[in-house]
Amino acid sequence: MTATFFVLAHPFLTSAFAAGTAIALASGLVGSVVVLRSQVFAGDALSHVAFTGALAALAFGVDLRLGLYGACLAFALLLAVLGRRTGADDTVIGSVFAWVLGLGALFLSVYTTSSSGTGGDGTAGVSVLFGSILGLSGGQALVDSLLALVVVAGVVAVARPLLFASLDPAVAAARGVPVRALSTVFFVLLGLTAGVATQAVGALLLLGLLAAPAGAAQRCTARPFRALWLSGALAVGSMWVGLTIAYLDPVVPPSFGILGTATTVYVAVIVWTGVARRRGPTGTRPFRGPAPAPATDPVVDGAR
Amino acid sequence: MNPLVSAALAGPVLDPVVDLRRMLALHFMVNAFRAGTVVAVLAAVVGWLMVLRRQSFAGHTLAVVSFPGAAAAIWLGVSATVGYFAGSIAAALVIALVPRGAAGRPRSQESAVIGTVQAFALACGALFVSLYGGFLDSITGLLFGSFLGVSDGQVIALVVVAAAVLAVLAVIGRPLLFATVDGGVAAARGVPVRVLSVLFLLVLGCTAAEVSQVTGALLVFALLVMPAAAAQQVTARPVAGLALSVVFGLGVVWASLSVAFWSPWPVGFWVSTIGFALYLVAAGGRAALTRWRRRGADGRRTAGERRPEALLPGVVGA
Repeated sequence: MTATFFVLAHPFLTSAFAAGTAIALASGLVGSVVVLRSQVFAGDALSHVAFTGALAALAFGVDLRLGLYGACLAFALLLAVLGRRTGADDTVIGSVFAWVLGLGALFLSVYTTSSSGTGGDGTAGVSVLFGSILGLSGGQALVDSLLALVVVAGVVAVARPLLFASLDPAVAAARGVPVRALSTVFFVLLGLTAGVATQAVGALLLLGLLAAPAGAAQRCTARPFRALWLSGALAVGSMWVGLTIAYLDPVVPPSFGILGTATTVYVAVIVWTGVARRRGPTGTRPFRGPAPAPATDPVVDGAR
Repeated sequence: MNPLVSAALAGPVLDPVVDLRRMLALHFMVNAFRAGTVVAVLAAVVGWLMVLRRQSFAGHTLAVVSFPGAAAAIWLGVSATVGYFAGSIAAALVIALVPRGAAGRPRSQESAVIGTVQAFALACGALFVSLYGGFLDSITGLLFGSFLGVSDGQVIALVVVAAAVLAVLAVIGRPLLFATVDGGVAAARGVPVRVLSVLFLLVLGCTAAEVSQVTGALLVFALLVMPAAAAQQVTARPVAGLALSVVFGLGVVWASLSVAFWSPWPVGFWVSTIGFALYLVAAGGRAALTRWRRRGADGRRTAGERRPEALLPGVVGA
């Protein structure tokens, strides 16, 4: 009751909660697929590209969003093309995004030296890196929410074949699922998510919104669909709790509140599933997923 | 104004000897070259192993988390150097020790853990900066580095740490390489694969902390990954690859420092751009070489052995 009351008390909080909910839902759903495909590194790369895109737009005096979404979508398509060739791996992605980040450093220096008046002290760069959800205006919040909802609709629309293709691409291809097209769609959705999440938690922290809720959800259940919804719910929950903490204690940056909550949930789940696993299949198991296998890492077993 | 500084500000005369002498007459440039050399060698060696072990994501994360370490150190009033190392080593331990998931997808859980560590650490960095309430300029300094502000004491500290890390690598190098190339066989031969992998993460963390003092937390990765990736395009042999990686690393750092000295653009931009150009040249050269060799082999074959597109030009190959 009091929660709804304080949210509606200030217009900036209402926009932050509205946009934050949509962005968190999109990040949670997309993140679930990202973690399932073990492509968190691609999200990492995108987060740095988002920074460069935004700073490039600022340096050239264009609208920040234009650079942000343009760079994210372009790099997402590049990742989709690179992923098609079997030779492309983390090293290629890493080399490309390290260079893009170097460009970001250049744009930051161009921007801070050219505009000696406003933002000349690096504030803009810092807010791109660490987010400024409480500073969103009503119009910006609306645009971000709509884009985030587009991502959510996209994930829901292709969820079933996408999860199939992510879990076992060979079998999915044999069953006639268009694996390549789905991969491109997935990267485009990921690029859009990186763009909207940069507005909320910042380029450097969007990785946490992708990885932490999804990682926690997949420790709880092995069922892909359940993990998908659980991941979205955890992300939205982290967003609400984090924003509330940031509102109650002004020293805490909202990004830290959100990421701190998401990480706490993940750590709690790791500890909880660890305890449940140690108790063994006969003990009380909190979830109805398949029985947890004993340690199957051959390397670890062989080393003993 | 110091005549040397004003001469340097006047711009290059495009005579390499004169330009080099002018540049090295400035003490901060000498220190930048010293620090850059130490950092380039260390990053090239450790980066070569990192690329071989396919641990780029972990390497990038360890590099980035040195930022919150330094931010915390500044907030607490401790030396930033201590913070860099504390942050990276703590993150290396967390990544090494968090149990992999129960379900049969340990790799996806591992990447989720690494991603969460990275984002949470950076969020902590934002918190420390907010708690410190100080200058925003120091954030960009921590993130994008201050190649040109290295003191004599820092150079000595860099040399000591680099020597220690390289000594550890020299001891564990051989079994580590074995475990990297074929973990299963190495484990069967009694090599402590798990211990080695934890040790390597710690080495990677120390390296990342060391390099980030010079290049800033965000650009460490360029020095770690690019010379190594370029070297692995050229050769698969360990000793030759390591040597080549060091040569590439030194070349990238020296060239970037020299260019950055005469240009208004930041060192980090030049490091990543020159490194990336080097990688592109190596990858392109390798692709061209394999294509040329394949074509040469085709030419020497008899007609019966030719591939279909060579046999029916314009039909299959079009």
